[in-house]
Amino acid sequence: MKGVVLGQYYPGDSLIHSLDPRVKIVSTFVFIISLFVVDNVPGYAVTALFLVSAVALSKVPVARLIKGLSGILVLMVFTAVFNLFLTPGEVVFSFYSLQITREGIIVTVKMLVRLVFLIMGSSLMTYTTTPSALADALESLMKPLKVVKVPVHEISMMISIALRFIPILAEEADIIIKAQKARCADFDTGSVIKRAKAMIPVLVPLFVSAFRRANDLAVAMEARCYRGGDNRTRMRPLTYCARDYRAYAVDAALLLGCILTRVIL
Amino acid sequence: MKEIIKTKNLGFDYIRRNENGEVESIARAIDGVDISIEPGEFVAVLGANGSGKSTLARHLNALLKPTEGTVWINGMDTRDEGKIWEIRRTAGMVFQNPDNQIIGQVVDEDVAFGPENLGVPAEELPGRVEESLKAAGIYEFRNSSPNNLSGGQKQRVSIAGVLAMHSSCIVLDEPTAMLDPLGRNDVIRAVRALNYVENITVILITHYMEETIYADRIYVMDGGKVAFSGTPREVYSRVEDLEKLRLTVPPVVRLSKFLRDSGLHIPADILTEDGLADAIAKEYNAGT
Amino acid sequence: MLELENVSFTYDNGAGVGTRALEGVSFSVEPGEFIGLIGHTGSGKSTLLQLLIGLLKPTEGRILFEGEDIGQKGYDLKKLRSRVGMVFQYPEHQLFEETVFKDVCYGPQNIGLSQKECELRAYEALRSVGLPDECFYVSPFELSGGQKRRVAIAGILAMKPDILVLDEPTAGLDPAGKNEILDLTDELKRDRNISIILVSHCMEDVAEYADRILVMDHGRLKYDESPVVVFSHVEELEKMGLSAPAVTYIMRKLKDRGVDVRNNIITIPEAGAEIMAAFKRRHP
Repeated sequence: MKGVVLGQYYPGDSLIHSLDPRVKIVSTFVFIISLFVVDNVPGYAVTALFLVSAVALSKVPVARLIKGLSGILVLMVFTAVFNLFLTPGEVVFSFYSLQITREGIIVTVKMLVRLVFLIMGSSLMTYTTTPSALADALESLMKPLKVVKVPVHEISMMISIALRFIPILAEEADIIIKAQKARCADFDTGSVIKRAKAMIPVLVPLFVSAFRRANDLAVAMEARCYRGGDNRTRMRPLTYCARDYRAYAVDAALLLGCILTRVIL
Repeated sequence: MKEIIKTKNLGFDYIRRNENGEVESIARAIDGVDISIEPGEFVAVLGANGSGKSTLARHLNALLKPTEGTVWINGMDTRDEGKIWEIRRTAGMVFQNPDNQIIGQVVDEDVAFGPENLGVPAEELPGRVEESLKAAGIYEFRNSSPNNLSGGQKQRVSIAGVLAMHSSCIVLDEPTAMLDPLGRNDVIRAVRALNYVENITVILITHYMEETIYADRIYVMDGGKVAFSGTPREVYSRVEDLEKLRLTVPPVVRLSKFLRDSGLHIPADILTEDGLADAIAKEYNAGT
Repeated sequence: MLELENVSFTYDNGAGVGTRALEGVSFSVEPGEFIGLIGHTGSGKSTLLQLLIGLLKPTEGRILFEGEDIGQKGYDLKKLRSRVGMVFQYPEHQLFEETVFKDVCYGPQNIGLSQKECELRAYEALRSVGLPDECFYVSPFELSGGQKRRVAIAGILAMKPDILVLDEPTAGLDPAGKNEILDLTDELKRDRNISIILVSHCMEDVAEYADRILVMDHGRLKYDESPVVVFSHVEELEKMGLSAPAVTYIMRKLKDRGVDVRNNIITIPEAGAEIMAAFKRRHP
């Protein structure tokens, strides 16, 4: 349970690590849009070039990125099977009533490439950005929504606090499970309903503790003069520097390149 | 007013209400408390669980408002809503549970939380944070995640968080109750250093007697009232009174009382091992 | 009754790397013993406790309860946990029922006793921890810290264990509350012949209550001796981040100052008596 990690930040000091987190969020967003814009080999080559350069610059081991894909393996297989057998067109292979078409193969390959690129791209963002930096960046990027009364600062604060307390509560759940096991609790046998019921002695102490922590934390924040986002300063305010603008330029080039491959070719 | 903290006839009721908002029960948590603390003092508040000492602590930071009587922090009445942030900045607080008061995901970010809330300019923040981390003896962990620190280290992060607000007074509400002996020593040492070196007023709330030996004064609380107060020497010599209040004295004091009751001439106000050994040896080598 | 034979344990951190938490630990627990277990945070104490009731399995070595290996296939761990009862440090981690009484029934119910038997045992257990009757049917969350601990201990006692393991049962209690819990464990040992394993950071407590002390350091069992012998190793204990009781230090200082006293003394009454005896010898 201790291994619960969100974002799985991979510490480093590469160019990608040092980019403003807002740039990384925007770039990831642009990259995902590009993936759905492109539709031919040169187009995919452009997105691949972008991804490969970003990975190379980040110095995050490729093995780690690939490992991140294992989580969506089922989804990938499902998508592949679905597209492979259910796309109508020119039959290239048939097996009883199952038919694989030329179009099916093309669609499948495209889907898989998109999916793999999408996951690798977004995990590259979480690998190179601390969760708190991401929360700060979200707050900053969502600022325009304040006009329509979206509590931007509060949302960002909630994300930060949740990120801090998830490992603590996970560890606590582990202790509670052990404490109830010491009272001969049985979590592993019996029907689904019985097992669900067996979790009550874990969930009650866990909830009580979570509320207690929330209450303590609220008091502690108040004691430290917290009064929402107004007039708050930041020790590390997000500021763009030259490399961030260059990164935005690369993003624009990527999007433009992708659109061109679609329009011209 | 010279005192940094002063309460006059302070009383507080915990009011429990049912679902309809009707009063179900009223419990008096503190009753007629008068204390006054001067700048630079190290004051300990001793008391068993339920004696009202934590409720008192929360009044010093305006987290609770008096039901009756008044609390002044540096001359400011805690019921004055306009002064509330200045009061909280003046008297910073450290709580019992080390986990439930750290907000930042990195140590230095957490220390900056207080001054950020106060709107301290960004360029001033790193300096303040560095200073505070050093004063609390936790600078080497500035880039760590709080989750990787020990309990004692986390409490020192919280102390640094108070210092970074440039508080002139720090109220610690049982800061060592959840720590092991080494963590406890570290925290107490850090607190003593702040008091001694930085001249910060310390109010240490605890039920560990050993932690109060170096205090200038001790208030002993019972049933929401100040039962008695005095210097550590004065307070510890009242062994029976303390035991009646569910408190005990440190082993040194217990042994010295045992010997005194057995007829040896040992002064009643000895607090340290060396002091006791000297007194016994003096008596032992005398009159031969 | 309970024996550890050369037990080692390594936490698996994934990818073949591990942290060695316990290294070749052997000792045994006999009926009616009061054992103190001390060690700095991270010395392997809590790993050891979890191994004792089969929450973790030894990487090497065996743990025997009444001659049977608790790690063997098909071993009834529920039965083991009802006989070797473990009270975790914070009662908040186990209390969950609407009433104290129901909560104490939880353990007996899990080992499959009849409702009547469960209630009987719960009643008896709550009485034996000295909880006042009017607290039986209130929510466990409304009790004071000391009362919660008692309920947690009752929850384990209701399973009628032969060995009771308590992980820092006095943390956060005020001095009187602390003494009450320690006296309670001592009573359980004397009146019911339950073996006690008490984990504590307070040297005065283990010195006063334990018949035997186990000292853990860096995953190894450094001492398994009587309190007097363990606390004669003051320098070694200090190197492990531990200490001796304050009176032991005072006796040593007295000896340095030429007072003719034994320095292997660990409790206050003993120290007082020894000093008085020395005075009698000196000034007859």
